[in-house]
Amino acid sequence: MSTAGFNSQNGTGTGQTYTNGPSQNPVALQQPPGVGYGMNHQPAYNPMQTKVLGPPSPALYASGPYQPVPPGPQLGSYPPPPAQPLLTRPPIGVLPSHTPPQSASPGPGPRQAQATPPAQATPPPPAVTSTSYYTGPPAWQYAAPRGPAPNHVNPAAAAPPHMSHGSAQPPGPGAPPTSIHGYPQPGTAPPPMNPPPPHTYQPNRPAYGPPPTAPPAGPPGATGTPPPPKVDGDVAGNGPQAPNSYNHVDNRMAGAAQPGPPGRHLGHYPSLPPGYQNTLAPPPSSLHPALQAATQPYIQGPQPYQQQPGGPGPDQLSPSMAAMSLQSGTPEALRVVNLLQERNLLPPAPVPAPTPCLTQDLQKLNCSPEVFRCTLTSIPQTQSLLNKAKLPLGLLLHPFKDLSQLPVVTSSTIVRCRSCRTYINPFVSFLDQRRWKCNLCYRVNDVPEEFMYNPVSRSYGEPHKRPEVQNATIEFIAPSEYMLRPPQPAVYLFVLDVSHNAVETGYLSVFCQSLLDNINALPGDSRTKVGFITFDSTIHFYNLQEGLSQPQMLIVSDIEDIFLPTPDSLLVNLNECKELVQDLLKSLPNLFEKTMETQSALGSALQAAFKLLSPTGGRMSVFQTQLPNLGVGALQSREDPNQRASAKDVQHLSPATDFYKKLALDCSGQQVAVDLFLLSAQYCDLASLGCISRFSAGSVYYYPSYHHQHNPAQVERFQRDLKRYLTRKIGFEAVMRIRCTKGLSIHTFHGNFFVRSTDLLSLPNVNPDAGFAVQMSIEENLDDMQVVSFQAALLYTSSKGERRIRVHTMCLPVVSSLSDVFAGADVQAVTGLLACMAVDRSVTSSLSDARDAMTNAAIDSLSSYRQSALTIQQPGLLAPACLRLFPLYILALLKQKAFRTGTSTRLDERVFAMYQLKYQPLAFAMLMIHPALYRLDDLSDEGALNINERTIPQPRVLQLSVEKLSREGAFLMDAGLVMYLWIGRNCHQNFLSQVLGVSSYAAVPEKLCLLPELDTAESQRTRALVSWLRDQRPFFPSLHIIRDESQLKPHFMQNMIEDRTESALSYYEFLLHLQQQISK
Amino acid sequence: MAFTFAAFCYMLALLLTAALIFFAIWHIIAFDELKTDYKNPIDQCNTLNPLVLPEYLIHFFFCVMFLCAAEWLTLVLNLPLLAYHVWRYTSRPVMSCPGLYDPTTIMNADILAYCQKEGWCKLAFYLLSFFYYLYGYTAFSAICLTLKIMQYLENIHTF
Repeated sequence: MSTAGFNSQNGTGTGQTYTNGPSQNPVALQQPPGVGYGMNHQPAYNPMQTKVLGPPSPALYASGPYQPVPPGPQLGSYPPPPAQPLLTRPPIGVLPSHTPPQSASPGPGPRQAQATPPAQATPPPPAVTSTSYYTGPPAWQYAAPRGPAPNHVNPAAAAPPHMSHGSAQPPGPGAPPTSIHGYPQPGTAPPPMNPPPPHTYQPNRPAYGPPPTAPPAGPPGATGTPPPPKVDGDVAGNGPQAPNSYNHVDNRMAGAAQPGPPGRHLGHYPSLPPGYQNTLAPPPSSLHPALQAATQPYIQGPQPYQQQPGGPGPDQLSPSMAAMSLQSGTPEALRVVNLLQERNLLPPAPVPAPTPCLTQDLQKLNCSPEVFRCTLTSIPQTQSLLNKAKLPLGLLLHPFKDLSQLPVVTSSTIVRCRSCRTYINPFVSFLDQRRWKCNLCYRVNDVPEEFMYNPVSRSYGEPHKRPEVQNATIEFIAPSEYMLRPPQPAVYLFVLDVSHNAVETGYLSVFCQSLLDNINALPGDSRTKVGFITFDSTIHFYNLQEGLSQPQMLIVSDIEDIFLPTPDSLLVNLNECKELVQDLLKSLPNLFEKTMETQSALGSALQAAFKLLSPTGGRMSVFQTQLPNLGVGALQSREDPNQRASAKDVQHLSPATDFYKKLALDCSGQQVAVDLFLLSAQYCDLASLGCISRFSAGSVYYYPSYHHQHNPAQVERFQRDLKRYLTRKIGFEAVMRIRCTKGLSIHTFHGNFFVRSTDLLSLPNVNPDAGFAVQMSIEENLDDMQVVSFQAALLYTSSKGERRIRVHTMCLPVVSSLSDVFAGADVQAVTGLLACMAVDRSVTSSLSDARDAMTNAAIDSLSSYRQSALTIQQPGLLAPACLRLFPLYILALLKQKAFRTGTSTRLDERVFAMYQLKYQPLAFAMLMIHPALYRLDDLSDEGALNINERTIPQPRVLQLSVEKLSREGAFLMDAGLVMYLWIGRNCHQNFLSQVLGVSSYAAVPEKLCLLPELDTAESQRTRALVSWLRDQRPFFPSLHIIRDESQLKPHFMQNMIEDRTESALSYYEFLLHLQQQISK
Repeated sequence: MAFTFAAFCYMLALLLTAALIFFAIWHIIAFDELKTDYKNPIDQCNTLNPLVLPEYLIHFFFCVMFLCAAEWLTLVLNLPLLAYHVWRYTSRPVMSCPGLYDPTTIMNADILAYCQKEGWCKLAFYLLSFFYYLYGYTAFSAICLTLKIMQYLENIHTF
């Protein structure tokens, strides 16, 4: 099977095409502007942050205690300059508690350290290893030119481990040969054999991700920028000129797009990059180079890959290296902060993700924190240590995020561990050229013959330089073993509420117009199908079959026993029947204008839609505007408006019926996902309705009080969201498996999906805006491990009918001391995971339980820190610097719409907030928890970002307290789904006239949702900031401009988390409460 | 008369407990299969859910029998489990069909571990009560027998 694609591609001319080469598929590049692998997050990779916390090594001792640092000033001076990443760690002498996990070799350490500084810069592996590789250099050197030959003559033999996809996707018995045509579409993609014309087949491609020859540009956050200019000019140019020489480099990937990828000296067998050796944990000696490399600043990235005997560089660089290494002594993360005294804890810029204290090489290869984040970047060695830290251990994933750089590999065999089925990844270790050791189960596997050849550099015998081993995020085009059935086409079914209430809201015309505008942008290929169902008290189907002069409406009034009137012609090929579809969309809004039908038979409509979609699978988009009250799945109003503000427990957070859940499970089994758009002014019982999306991996959109005239802000939001929804990337019939190193196990998943087995999520659809969270537990002690890895593999069918696997791998260090665990805590991830857990708790138990649990989480972890990790006891509420925002975030959660009590909150809005906390990727969930406040009337270009020739001012983030507001200013609060621009009563005349275009404060209109486009610098700056903030997220936050008298002012004020409200504590009071509980 | 009814109750309970032991074993195996990924949670819940009520009813049934037989000690020993069953069934998730297990939450490690533990505890309880009933049954039978023999002997003496 797998050879079929291979051979067919071999037939394309030269006979020397390599199907197992990486290729960049254009699909992968599809990406909205501005959403990238966040260039602005680059500071996260600042080497300055790298904690040297690994195993004992000279470097450690050199950098830590031996640095004479005055302890005083650092403790007092906290605020970093605006541009500086949060977690830079000035060396602090007072906290020697930051010990290496194994303090086995204290003796030789220091001595060695002084002797080795120059060597610190030498990343290359110990000579022993490299010489061991040299045992057969001539053999491979001369074999290199014919390297490809075995590969392509004999591919079947070259792939002994026949890879099938675990138990979840057994090799499809029925995968017919026809299915092949679907996936290796990259007839365009396979790398050509002939080096000279690199761009011919990849016209507009930007830099090929991280080409293996290049420094892997490891931290994906940095992938947007070209690699450091480590150009070895003559070598780079060498390739095309001498195609057949053994030291030829194929630079077509890297060379074409990025000027000057680092070249290599090719005559030598390159020894393993230190990263690999590091994972070969046991012999401590082999760890040293890696650790030494850890002290290298990031800009030295390519260095390890140029490690040539006598090669340029390392030694010359050593002095600066040494200087660098001295900086990373005691971690800033553990600096003790007395929360009661330090008031300004909020960093001026968004909080960056902490960097795991891995060696530089591993960290460079590690997965982007935007995709994969762990609550504890240092994994505790045992469950008891984890219990002591009282912090939740878990992962936060955004697996299908739109990426600007994604290496795509087409290969006839995907190399995976034979026992645990892990995909080969940058953190495996190569024992020798022919064997690799799985980093999850430690099984030793053979390297398949095909894998020996590196199609990027076109060299043989360098399995560790393959793109699979150089990128923590990679996508494979899967061969037919990964298919249970031929890849399904993209199928979209729209289920529209057309009852009187729905027509009143006027959403239908907006929907039809949006779909008309974007009908050509719907992701799909020539097989794409669409269908429409409308419903009130009856179900209306639309026959759109080719040949009809106009769409035909078929009404089924027997809602108790629903059937499909003409099963074949309700879902039609979009390309063939586009005109009919367009006709229908144009006439639909008028069709029901005068309807008097008030009832809604949503349940039956969903059943009908399920019947329609179940043969193929696909996406069902449901638009609902009222409580379904007829037929199956009818619901009753459960909300008592008088109880909205009650401080007592909130009832009815769990579904009233399991009809929607069961239907969702049926849908999930047939690969149908249901996305719910709820546009309603009244209670709709989202807690029950939402199940339909939650368990079928759909998404929920909620537009409270939607009305086409009365609520223009919601209309705009709906329009923008629809546009994104219709055009965003989509994966069908997906499953996601999360594997982790032996000893760790998955406890609970959070998000929208169905859990099919302990580590497998069934995702009928996957979309780029979905986030997931996973709680982990430590089942066996991780005693003898230095690092653990997590791998998320998402297998899906692209809208073009290709089966693809996207694999993310993250590697984290294991630590044995409590202070190290605290030092590695990622406060945002912890908050995000706690929010998910609290949502579960409030549904299964009660809201007050969940609130208590969150408060206790803060109390427990801080008291544990105080008791166990703190060496000097001081009065006050002490927290490590990395957790200093924890109480604030917990308080923010307690005041969040999902969990607040005592403030009037509609049940649906509360449930929706809960869905959002579970479903949104961490970055957006954090904004919903703790909004960002900016002052807008004094925006300047200082420190501004420059993107696409637009200057985007970067005001500092203010604390959420009224004391930060002033009547003379204007403030923007960005709360994720909504933004408020608050205008102070005495706001500068300048701002009012230049930005808002009004003459005085009194002239600011009551309901203003749009910044006028004025041709002034102030207006441009403000609009640039607002639109930049909006562009960064996949949903559209509406902007409300409010004055003191506005109706929305209470909403604005409710987000002032640090202030006291009638029913909730202020931040300071909350801290006192914590302190009281801790000292008990 | 009363003696024989109690003995009958014990005999019945003995047989039914044997059945319950099989239920418990089935339960344990099912959850083990779930944990080791052999089965789809939906299928597994569909096979387990119909068994929940029968199990509870069987237990309830012989509790009532013991009540009728005025076997207070045995009844008291069984009451905690009866109360647990009532609690467990009243706090079940919203479901339209009988049963306890919800395929969407069953894979949660806490719930899975709870169900497994529950299975083992029940198995232990049923095994112990099996021997208790066996003992009760034989004891009663023996008492009956001795009484009958004594009666018989008395009859002989009266002759």
